[in-house]
Amino acid sequence: MNAQLAPSPVTGTAPPALPLRSHLDWLESEAIHILREVAGECANPVLLFSGGKDSTVLLRLAEKAFRPGRFPFPLLHIDTGHNFDEVIAFRDARAAELGERLLVRLVEDSMGRGTVRPHKETDSRNAAQSVTLLEAIEEFGFDAAIGGARRDEEKARAKERVFSFRDEFGQWDPKNQRPELWNLYNTRVHKGEHMRVFPISNWTELDVWQYIEREGIAVPSIYFSHRRPVIRRSGLLVPVTRLTPPDEGETVEEMAVRFRTVGDISCTCPVESTAATTAEIIAETVLTTVTERGATRMDDQTSDASMERRKKEGYF
Amino acid sequence: MSVMGEIQRNSTHAGDDLGVLRFITAGSVDDGKSTLIGRLLHDTKTILEDQLAAVKRASRRRGHEEIDLSLLTDGLEAEREQGITIDVAYRYFATPRRKFIIADTPGHEQYTRNMVTGASTADVAIILIDARKGVLTQTRRHTCIAHLLGVRHIVVAINKMDLVDHAQPVFDRIRADFLALAGGLGIPDLRFIPMSALRGDMVVERGLVAREQRLDWYAGETLLQVLEGINIADESDALPARFPVQLVVRPGTSTDFRGYAGRLESGVLRVGEEVVALPSGRRTTIKEIALLDRQLPLAVAGDSVTLVLADEIDLSRGDVIATAATPPRAARSIDARICWLAAEAPNAAGRFVLKHTSRSVRARLARINDRIDINSFERQPTPAALAMNDIAHATLNLAKPIFVDPYASNRITGAFILIDEATNQTVAAGMIEA
Ligand SMILES: Nc1nc2c(ncn2[C@@H]2O[C@H](COP(=O)(O)OP(=O)(O)O)[C@@H](O)[C@H]2O)c(=O)[nH]1
Repeated sequence: MNAQLAPSPVTGTAPPALPLRSHLDWLESEAIHILREVAGECANPVLLFSGGKDSTVLLRLAEKAFRPGRFPFPLLHIDTGHNFDEVIAFRDARAAELGERLLVRLVEDSMGRGTVRPHKETDSRNAAQSVTLLEAIEEFGFDAAIGGARRDEEKARAKERVFSFRDEFGQWDPKNQRPELWNLYNTRVHKGEHMRVFPISNWTELDVWQYIEREGIAVPSIYFSHRRPVIRRSGLLVPVTRLTPPDEGETVEEMAVRFRTVGDISCTCPVESTAATTAEIIAETVLTTVTERGATRMDDQTSDASMERRKKEGYF
Repeated sequence: MSVMGEIQRNSTHAGDDLGVLRFITAGSVDDGKSTLIGRLLHDTKTILEDQLAAVKRASRRRGHEEIDLSLLTDGLEAEREQGITIDVAYRYFATPRRKFIIADTPGHEQYTRNMVTGASTADVAIILIDARKGVLTQTRRHTCIAHLLGVRHIVVAINKMDLVDHAQPVFDRIRADFLALAGGLGIPDLRFIPMSALRGDMVVERGLVAREQRLDWYAGETLLQVLEGINIADESDALPARFPVQLVVRPGTSTDFRGYAGRLESGVLRVGEEVVALPSGRRTTIKEIALLDRQLPLAVAGDSVTLVLADEIDLSRGDVIATAATPPRAARSIDARICWLAAEAPNAAGRFVLKHTSRSVRARLARINDRIDINSFERQPTPAALAMNDIAHATLNLAKPIFVDPYASNRITGAFILIDEATNQTVAAGMIEA
């Protein structure tokens, strides 16, 4: 029966003392392999660097992939103008320290061109970012944009490919993605189309913090516990900023908090925390009961499918 | 000095972190696959309150009193509308010993290609069987696909034991039926676990049945214990070394450093070891194994590193550094099993790019030899054309050589994809036989 099936491979005996690869070794090796595939196959890639923890981890992985050479791509930040100052300072310092080229494109400029029209100044600019990003991709003719998104962040990302194809309008079509087998990535695009590439697709929030701890990676100070005036609003802690002032009758409290993500200040909330070190953040992450987005993003609560809809329109 | 001491890995849980295990779940519709995945995530405390709350809301909307764990893994709008899973999704959970990546593939008839995709990277396949229905045609198909894709560990999860009174004879009969169909495949590691995904029996915990003493006849491990215990590292470390070059690292004029960046896809490489560079066939030794600022004494399968060789050899992306004594074969023509992934049949005049490790070459589909019936796994006469989900034997001619091993002995250097040059679509997955 089934004589045509190949016999199973013979297992030799490996020397028993070989080291085991920890899960971080595994994830790191996979991400380095992906970054090198981008460098080997894409003509004009770019790495999206916001100063956040995920893209900061990407920079560390890029050092491991390409040093002592230079990065085969520039860094690009799509700046919403709604930033935490600490993050922008960190972004600039980190790029300078690495000696790599940092490009910045502003959502403000898209507003000037009329391609982004917010209803009011305080609206979240997370969605508008996609417009500015697509404009930057067109301006520089990038054929691949490397980002720090993870599949565990949100349901709609669970099926995202490592190399995710975008058509000439920057759209993602969940029903028409290229199958991804083994570690063989199809990176080919026609002119005007591009790839989004996610080297840390398989990482979770906990993996990211464990890697930051293991590698001793610096991240912006607002990831660690600090005192900050906040307002309690529908289960979230809303930081008091120029864009999110207290409404009438709301009480401002000063609390020990940290941020789990550092996005647009108009919609990114901290969590109550005393974690002052990476190790303490890891301990909290192990015990946390709410997802990263659930705890911190006002815009994602609106609808189950809000992320999927935004991704189809070109959101990262 | 022990090898462990020499290598100084930066492990966070030094010693007891078994790395990553990837597995796929396969079953027919309604066998309980989504419930099982939901159960694994739930009982390993992967599901957080806000996700759980969303699932509770969704369960209520559908008129369920109890929380329906299968809704946890419901992904995209499109499939929510259709009520079926239409693509491969990846889920994650971790225990203190190991991180797990689940490739969640649909059980629906047409989706062989999704299972092939998910199985291509899986170390383990969990084949679900509904205890009331027993072994079905799909069971055979799923097992054959997993085996074809080189998945060495197969766990047969006999689910819904609560609906058959936890009866041992039911379990024994299904096991015998399964062995009758798969016994000839030569699966190296095959296990059977009775369970109830719905109640959480024998998944992560032994479950309620333990207290009720209803599955006392089963003394084996729970599913999670099995998954935590499977050893995969030795399998790829024991093979000859294969290091496809991804990039040449040459920082410029100030230094004569010339490194070859890539991932060791199989085997072990040590500093001082003799290797052969292909296609040139020149032999040299490994001078350095570097990872950023660290110099390593050796690399094991899966490590992304940069190699420095003792002699100056001209190597570029797509070339291979391999164990000198047992190099891969240089092939301009290959016989392979291919799974057709595209909606359109192959165009006889079509031009393809074959991607194999870090090398891409032009390819022609010279001959389709015969099709394999994926239910019986028997060869059928040559089909008029290949359709999506077909598996066939084919001969391909290549514009330049690639350096291959049979897929049955090496899942990386034996694998390729075919890309249609006109559309850029990935149209086939290939496993090299010779
Ligand atoms: N009684 C019982 N029902 C189960 C079990 N596992 C799943 N089910 C039910 O079987 C049905 C199909 O399960 P689902 O997980 O959606 O199946 P899938 O199509 O394979 O993903 C649902 O109604 C589940 O509640 C089990 O172990 N025992």
